[in-house]
Amino acid sequence: MMTEDNRVDEIARRYDGEIGMLIPMMQDLQAECGYLPLRELRRLAERLGLPLSRLYAVATFYSSFRLAPKGRHEVTLCVGTVCYLKGAAGVSERIRAEFQVEAGGTTPDGLFSFQPVNCVGACALAPVMIVNGKYYGGMTADSAMEILRKLPADAAPVEGEART
Amino acid sequence: MTAPRGRRLLAPADVARCREELNSRHSPSGRRVRVCIGTGCAAKGSRRVYELFAEAAKETGAEVSAVTCVGCHGFCERGPIVVVQPGDIFYQRVEEPDVAEIFRETVLGGRVVERLLYEDPVTAAKARTAGEIPFYRVQQRVVLAQNGVIDPRSIEEYIAAGGYSALVKVLTGMTPEETLREVERSGLRGRGGGGFPTGRKWRSCRDAHGEPKYVICNGDEGDPGAFMDRSIMEGNPHAVLEGMIIGAYAIGSSQGYIYVRNEYPLAVEHLKEAIRQGREWELLGESILGTEFSFDVRINRGGGAFVCGESTALMASLEGRPGEPRAKYVHTVECGLWDRPTNLNNVETWANVPAIINRGSEWFASTGTERSKGTKVFSLVGQVVNTGLVEVPMGITLRRIIEEIGGGVKGGKAFKAVQTGGPSGGCIPAQYLDTPVDFDELTKLGSMMGSGGMIVMDEDTCMVGMARYFLNFLRDESCGKCTPCREGLAQMVFILDRITHGEGQPGDVERLADLGVLLEGAALCALGKSAANPVMSTVRYFRDEYDAHILERRCPAKKCRGLFRYRIVAEACKACGICLKNCPAEAITGQKKVVHVIDQGKCTLCGACLDKCPFDAVVKV
Repeated sequence: MMTEDNRVDEIARRYDGEIGMLIPMMQDLQAECGYLPLRELRRLAERLGLPLSRLYAVATFYSSFRLAPKGRHEVTLCVGTVCYLKGAAGVSERIRAEFQVEAGGTTPDGLFSFQPVNCVGACALAPVMIVNGKYYGGMTADSAMEILRKLPADAAPVEGEART
Repeated sequence: MTAPRGRRLLAPADVARCREELNSRHSPSGRRVRVCIGTGCAAKGSRRVYELFAEAAKETGAEVSAVTCVGCHGFCERGPIVVVQPGDIFYQRVEEPDVAEIFRETVLGGRVVERLLYEDPVTAAKARTAGEIPFYRVQQRVVLAQNGVIDPRSIEEYIAAGGYSALVKVLTGMTPEETLREVERSGLRGRGGGGFPTGRKWRSCRDAHGEPKYVICNGDEGDPGAFMDRSIMEGNPHAVLEGMIIGAYAIGSSQGYIYVRNEYPLAVEHLKEAIRQGREWELLGESILGTEFSFDVRINRGGGAFVCGESTALMASLEGRPGEPRAKYVHTVECGLWDRPTNLNNVETWANVPAIINRGSEWFASTGTERSKGTKVFSLVGQVVNTGLVEVPMGITLRRIIEEIGGGVKGGKAFKAVQTGGPSGGCIPAQYLDTPVDFDELTKLGSMMGSGGMIVMDEDTCMVGMARYFLNFLRDESCGKCTPCREGLAQMVFILDRITHGEGQPGDVERLADLGVLLEGAALCALGKSAANPVMSTVRYFRDEYDAHILERRCPAKKCRGLFRYRIVAEACKACGICLKNCPAEAITGQKKVVHVIDQGKCTLCGACLDKCPFDAVVKV
């Protein structure tokens, strides 16, 4: 079992401790832990000789970083222009209402994390929803519900940024 | 093709020799099955289709290598796409059960499976090859030429198709100055939005004081509704690399960066593989092709911030900081990444470079208009029949793109506007459809070329709602560094919210315009300066819609909640009870054989009745 410190040191070594590679390091950390745990962030800041606030600024600026653990499944909904034109806002509204989840948050039961994003570049399939890396096109509020209701409740958390 | 791995090209002449050898190895039968694995097709299951083809080939003892994965064809609407050689038979919407039939009939039998061909929606004519489909016929593919033809994960296929010959040409016969001049003469302008002359940028960077110099490929394609760069990076990553290596040679740089959006995992995967192969084959790294020129490329993933598409913000991000832009009193070509001279170009710009070197600046400049040369890739999306990527010569009219290539507006609806230039672009109405598409003409109309998103909107689109969507997007993505953008956009969204909720006040449009002028003049970066464009252009062309919302509390497109109602048309209602059962607010009354009625007091305007009614008896009024 790798300790937290070892894990952070390994990542820092991967990029020769170069401060310019802070974002890739944090991306790797998140891929391994599923989020950015405070302990690890502290260790990374120490290792690079940076104040923790510097890492926190990066973590809160970029929308792909999260500071809390994610749910067992990962649900991404595209709300780019084309998806919006074709009704993604309604899909988002239904998901938020039925699962009591905020954009960027996780359902109270930890079933899934919900992340609306600005465009996944699959506009021909709009509206698009991505569940654990699998793309679903032509979503309506109903068809999205059908997919999400079938998510197994006991699945292990999705590993890192796993995608198909 | 299975060549020994780790082939090293130690001299420029090795590239041509390698190409000959690779081409002589082509299967004698000429049989080839190409399966698109771009994001669009992959989302519809094309990877499984590819596996099934490979299995089928193995079973029959045919050459498995004749089945390959290729990048995006652009016609994502019709994916998964499979093209079979000989004959270039173009199959669309291929699903798993179709594989056996295609393999038996076409690959082995040489017969065409008619039902999987593209059928023209108007004439019902079947198209056997891509060239027969109107979507492709009008296009002129330079940047996308090898997309859908070569396997993006194979450097061998790129070389066999003529790849890296431009690099050989500059390394063996052209000085950096000659290379630079060739790009200048071509008239190539930046494809990322600004349209700045690429050659001039390169020269400024080369002439700037300071070492080392950096080159950057901007693959942070953030405009929602645009995926040109994604397809190029996914479908032909070596072309981007080759362009960058040539640029680095001309500028005198030894280190490059590719900054790719976080939402494009497949592009990252293909680029990483391309860089790995490039290093292995000595096309990247120390002494490229045995010459004295050295250059290497590193790839960075974005963190999901739209503003990082702005050059100074992108460089801040590469330095490991939040992506906040800085004022550009000093240009990045003089003082960019790590305060060194830095040349940043967009993916499509880089991908144009090999073609310019290979075929010459005159050839490149022979296409396009006086001040916009070459071709441009657009992502044609929205309410249009044929959605996808299109590459057309500059100067073609919007009408030809939308009507001939795009097949017109979906569902026989009327065209209302086309939005170009991404969130900070503008909406162009029907009366300007005959405008030629180039950098300057679109700017004159209050829009811009941007990176090439083209979103078609039909009569059912509320232009005020659209402006609100874009402003809301930009407010969310504003980095917050400068006050005009941070506070100004929030105020504009506040006013637009009010208007779309039926609480608009007389004078709101003028207030919006004032804020727009302020932003344009006082914001720090291009995001803020152009952020009011969606409002300005919709006010310019669709003022009546703003007035209807504000003065009459009415949404002409019936999109804004609260500014229209649902009603059941008594004559059309069959009293089936479906809407009644589906209404979450229990606002519908009626029973068997009694026409249903919506209680407007209880109705929450969710629209479930409209969606569910099988007889189209529910209407918006």
